[in-house]
Amino acid sequence: MTPAQISQYAFYFFAALAVVGAIGTVTVRNVVHSAIFLITSLLATAGIFLTLGAQFVFAVQIVLYVGGIMVLFIFVIMLVNLDVALHQMQFKRRWWVAGLLALALGGQFGAVIYYSRAGGVLEIPAARTGALSPQNVQQFGLALFEKYALPFEIASVLLLVALIGAVVMTKKRV
Amino acid sequence: MSDTRTTGFPGVEQTVLGADEIIINMGPQHPSTHGVLRVKLRLDGERIVDSECVIGYLHRGVEKIAEHRSYQQFAPYVDRMDYVAAVSNGLGYCEAVEKLLGTEAPMRAKVVRTILTELQRISSHLLWLGTHAIDIGALTPLFYCLREREEILKIFEKYCGARLTTHAFRIGGLQYDTYDGFEAETKRFCLDFSHRVDEYEALLTENRIWIARTKGIGVLSAADAIDMGATGPVLRGSGVKWDIRKAMPYAAYDRYEFEIPIGQNGDTYDRYIVRMQEMRQSNRICLQAIEDIPAGPIMGKVGKVLKPPVGEVYHSIEAPKGELGYYIVSDGTTQPYRVRIRPPSFINLEALDKMIKGHLVADVVAIIGTLDIVLGEVDR
Amino acid sequence: MSALLEFLKTYMWPLIFAVVIVAVLPLLAGYVVLMERKIMADMQARLGPMRVGPHGLLQPIADALKLLIKEDIIPENADKVVFWFAPVISVTAAMLAYSALAIGPFFQIAELNIGLLFIVAVSSMGIFGIILGGWASNSHYSLLGALRSTAQMISYETAAGLALVGGVLLAGSLSTREIVQAQHGGTWYVFVAPIGFFLYLVASIAETNRAPFDLPEAESELVAGYMTEYSGFRWAVYFLAEYANMIVVASIATTLFLGGWLRPFQGTPWMDFLDFFPPLCFLAVAGYCFYRTPKQPEPIQSMVMALFGGLCLLLAAAMALPFVPAFAASKPGLHGAFWFLLKVSLYIYSFMWIRFTFPRFRFDQLMKLGWYFMIPLSIVNVLGLGVYRVLRQLQWSRWPAFVLTTGGTLLVAIWLVWNAQKKAAAPSSVGDMTEAEG
Repeated sequence: MTPAQISQYAFYFFAALAVVGAIGTVTVRNVVHSAIFLITSLLATAGIFLTLGAQFVFAVQIVLYVGGIMVLFIFVIMLVNLDVALHQMQFKRRWWVAGLLALALGGQFGAVIYYSRAGGVLEIPAARTGALSPQNVQQFGLALFEKYALPFEIASVLLLVALIGAVVMTKKRV
Repeated sequence: MSDTRTTGFPGVEQTVLGADEIIINMGPQHPSTHGVLRVKLRLDGERIVDSECVIGYLHRGVEKIAEHRSYQQFAPYVDRMDYVAAVSNGLGYCEAVEKLLGTEAPMRAKVVRTILTELQRISSHLLWLGTHAIDIGALTPLFYCLREREEILKIFEKYCGARLTTHAFRIGGLQYDTYDGFEAETKRFCLDFSHRVDEYEALLTENRIWIARTKGIGVLSAADAIDMGATGPVLRGSGVKWDIRKAMPYAAYDRYEFEIPIGQNGDTYDRYIVRMQEMRQSNRICLQAIEDIPAGPIMGKVGKVLKPPVGEVYHSIEAPKGELGYYIVSDGTTQPYRVRIRPPSFINLEALDKMIKGHLVADVVAIIGTLDIVLGEVDR
Repeated sequence: MSALLEFLKTYMWPLIFAVVIVAVLPLLAGYVVLMERKIMADMQARLGPMRVGPHGLLQPIADALKLLIKEDIIPENADKVVFWFAPVISVTAAMLAYSALAIGPFFQIAELNIGLLFIVAVSSMGIFGIILGGWASNSHYSLLGALRSTAQMISYETAAGLALVGGVLLAGSLSTREIVQAQHGGTWYVFVAPIGFFLYLVASIAETNRAPFDLPEAESELVAGYMTEYSGFRWAVYFLAEYANMIVVASIATTLFLGGWLRPFQGTPWMDFLDFFPPLCFLAVAGYCFYRTPKQPEPIQSMVMALFGGLCLLLAAAMALPFVPAFAASKPGLHGAFWFLLKVSLYIYSFMWIRFTFPRFRFDQLMKLGWYFMIPLSIVNVLGLGVYRVLRQLQWSRWPAFVLTTGGTLLVAIWLVWNAQKKAAAPSSVGDMTEAEG
């Protein structure tokens, strides 16, 4: 078993896990279970990043999505009374919206696969071609703070605004 | 609880809760309610809106038992009320009956009683300090406190054979004279003890976390304390200088010099300081008393069968927890017609509701600790 | 078959290390518990466990056996799958974190260039074990404990992370190995960033839910927090996760601030006699064990004591191996592991010392400490260390740069404390507190 083979098996494993997790998330009735499936799915995605050699993105995915956002999700779920929500039929009337969205997404995926098979316009990620950089944290930092400094700063200001907005809106007395 | 409505069942009332309120039960089997106390807490989040004490889990009918026992036979029962300060309980009862009989114990007995009672006060405060500290999360003081308490209990054991429920005194004086080496042992303990108190204080008094957990917690104003009939360190912590040892001296307290430590703010920290100072003062009394124990008889002229004249008497002493009073009615027979006990813990416990309102659940633990209650005494 | 062999060949050492960690860690955690009980006993003027084995040396094994054969209780109406799974998550997260830790230059499962980030990320997943366990138990106390625990861990993880950023800034790398190597020959970062170390010490105590921050399991308030409904082996697994986490944070602190596997005074030649310390240390312990052997009350106890002495002798021999010229190459690996574990033990000892000395915070006080003191200070600390780095690049000598940056950070810390005290001193009634909450 060569490392390349291992990484291929790992990819299939994580991909399958991600899909199962995603299906579980939307089909399970118990909200906490649904959150657990979502965590599984996110972790599997992180695993896929790892097979692509994107270690930094893997760590950030876990720190942010799994360790941060999902913990808050579960936190909120536990603070809210769920017994009522459990017995309600949810989003039944809007099923056609979801269906449309799913169709559109499926179309997009199909197009991507079709074009890439035809050797078309899509760029192949550098990592996949085997040009693995041992210093990808440094590269990440340089890219963020030199090449994409302006968008990065704009995004962070946006986040700050959102943060302050959230604080102001949730505070009872300002 | 304040907002209640009837449920249709006689005597059963249902509490009306606010939107974000929950009721939780603390006890009767909770590690830090110091026995079988049950407190129903109405919470808004973790903040206490209202509370109710449910007591009686340890009720044994001590007062009723007294009506069917002779005066001497009842004496061991009072040890089982405040079982961590049995000697003090016994002193109060013996002196009350002596007052009813119109006799007095001889001086030697009085001095020995004073020494043992003050040692008991120290041991009771030590147990309080250890458990109070462990409630607030400081693990270590308990073991230091128990180490010193053990010394005291050993003195008791050597004196009367029992450590906890001692039945140390008899009506009219003492049954046993002091054992050989009693003075030396007590003196050695007392000389050592003030350093030990320094040791506890080094762990807690200046500790920032301790101060944060106790300052401003469970404030009881002097007026409230008096209105509720609080006594002992709870009253003195609120700044009222009231100590029965000074106000109405009993035993041999008028012979010795000591001060009454008081607090200013009436919070948990002040009560802590007051008790620490009280231990030092008790130690001072012991040291003075041990120097000259007068010679003489240890038992007054009391008959084998006690038949007090018809009448009633109220006698109270300053027990470690506050004013411990005995109200005894005699109908001239060998058994009391009625005994009523004023237990300090029970009356101090009334202040709990006032003290914990608006605080957090974690503070309830600290406040129950600072009241220094013993459920055996609350329920009797 | 040949593919498998090749696989084993490629990954032989990482696999061996992984097996060693999984096998040894529970034992190690057990002995950390024994150490804690012994130290606690010593500080509290008593003896601690003395019955099982000489000086209680077999106590951890007895405890583990007892927990293994206890009845397995799952509360009624509990979510069985989650209840079963939650402790596993906790312990998995704790153990995964070891894969990137370098215990010595040789003993490391995987060298990752994001090592530290990986450890932080993986150990942050341990929260799920706690919160899901608390939820699945279907008990108020458990849920309250779990929520408290989560809130506390999230808050203090921020401070801990920022304190780590300071160290990473100095080393210029996230890889655990490179961080240690950056300290080689120079000063350990605890002397460059003392405030960062202090922040991490406090935050790591809070993160591992230990006193004085042990509110999630404050027995006087919440019985046992999220573990209330757990018993037997499941409980043991939680316990294992807790102590494994303790070892993880101690290892991180050792790597980042205490020079990892480096010997003290590595750069000073006349301090080289410290090389003899590892074997002599074990020799001394072995000597003590043999000295106590005939004094044991039972022959079997004497035997166990002698066995422990022999074990220590063996370790001493292993530590002396590098002095044999033929095996001189094993020195960094063996002695590195020794120094690393010694530092980890000292760090854990400080945890215990703090635990037995201080009372417990109240929850709002804990949060206030976290958000009003720890996080602002750790941000300032990162700034200060950044300035230090720049000053050093501008060819400033070490001391002026250190005094300037650390002094500045210290002033901010003092200002924060002073500010908090002023606020506390201001007359506040119970009503005020309620308003502050809203």
